[in-house]
Amino acid sequence: MNGVIDIGFINLAAGYLLVLVVAGMIKKRRIGKETELVIAVFRMTVQLVLVGYVLDLILGSERMWMTLAAVSVMEIFAVLNVYQRVQVEMSRSFRRVVAFSMASGTLLAMGFFFFVILSLEPWYSPRYVIPMAGMLIGNSMTGITLGAERLLKGVQDRRDLIEGVLMLGATPERAVRETVNEAFTAAIVPTINSMVGMGIIFLPGMMSGQILSGVSPVTAIEYQIAVMLGILASVAFTVFIMVTQGSRTFFNSRSQLALPVPEKIAKGTL
Amino acid sequence: MGFLLENVVYRNILDIPSLEMPGGKVTCIIGDSGSGKTTLMRLLNNLISADRGIVWYRGVNVDQTDPVALRRKVVMLAQNPFILPGTVAENLLIGLAFAGKEPASEETLAEILQTVSLGKSLSDDAMELSGGEKQRLALARVLLLKPEALLLDEPSSALDERTEGEVIKEVVTLAKKDSRTLVMIVHSLDLARRFADLVVIVKGGKVEVAEGVAGA
Repeated sequence: MNGVIDIGFINLAAGYLLVLVVAGMIKKRRIGKETELVIAVFRMTVQLVLVGYVLDLILGSERMWMTLAAVSVMEIFAVLNVYQRVQVEMSRSFRRVVAFSMASGTLLAMGFFFFVILSLEPWYSPRYVIPMAGMLIGNSMTGITLGAERLLKGVQDRRDLIEGVLMLGATPERAVRETVNEAFTAAIVPTINSMVGMGIIFLPGMMSGQILSGVSPVTAIEYQIAVMLGILASVAFTVFIMVTQGSRTFFNSRSQLALPVPEKIAKGTL
Repeated sequence: MGFLLENVVYRNILDIPSLEMPGGKVTCIIGDSGSGKTTLMRLLNNLISADRGIVWYRGVNVDQTDPVALRRKVVMLAQNPFILPGTVAENLLIGLAFAGKEPASEETLAEILQTVSLGKSLSDDAMELSGGEKQRLALARVLLLKPEALLLDEPSSALDERTEGEVIKEVVTLAKKDSRTLVMIVHSLDLARRFADLVVIVKGGKVEVAEGVAGA
């Protein structure tokens, strides 16, 4: 089979019948999520149509600034998404660390990926850079969200332990080492797990897409492996920078734990 | 020289115009729950900084010295000390590791357990210990660090009266033998009078000083 079957608007519209079926099921079971479902489907449709046009424009132009702008927009949205998704309150300095780690970690991984693994010519070739950057940034965003939440919660829950360790003369870095390591592990485990099941339990999206568009499975697999390695590095870099730098924001220049003071300590009963 | 507090104010919790806790002596702090005893102790260890005033330790402003180095000299034990999963020996050794010190020999570890009247084996699981035993293990851990000054926040709150007397007596004897500065929050005036050279009474964020029997 050569080329790709064009789904066409009418056939695509038929796809929405599936949504109606799902909505009907939800309504019948009184789960009460039909509005969210409709909004989600609507958002997905509008966002993808818009992004389709934007990508068409960027891919057609092959301009460096357009690629850079697109990657920057992705980075910004990823950071904002982390701010929104992390359920624990973040200080201003911690937010800065999130943004810094997201940008530096992904750029580091992307640099290696585009210059060394793919040897892109030109290096900003949007056809490669944009989808790959999207995958690296998207996975790093999930990693940072998991890691930040675990780190912030871990420090809050272990406040007494951390102070107990500081009292003995430990450095702040030593006092939070276990919490930092746990946050890093929690953030990276989903990426590791996804690699374990890949090819057996599920076929990854990018590889499936390439095969659908007529690329040979061997080439598709090469890309998929490269992308997975890039994702692993990107998630690990961003999360590592976030947890190590982020953990410093919990202490002031006097190596004192500087979190909001709970009532019992403030009253001096502890 | 020990600790000297001058015009120290911390939030609306403490207001201390002047307080001296002599070096090489035993100071006991007593006061009602919520009176600011622990806050006072945390200021000495620079775990918090005063909003106003100066806390001096051996003539050095604690807010202008390396806080980690200070805490290695002025070690504090919290009222609810932490015990980590692992053996009794591991819990003792981790204190030395936190403070950047060399590990101690098994003999030293066993000796320190005797000092705090903890009749347990070094290989016992620390998580299996009772509340009082855990408290003594944590006390042994800070004694092992042999700091210049030791700050103990109710080190015997989970002990029965007899064990409490024994343990505090041992700790005081040990401190006096090496001329260490010992500051202890205790829950009763009797206990304070029995062991202290100086008794500090904290009441609503203010302090009063009384001589202890030991210092009389």
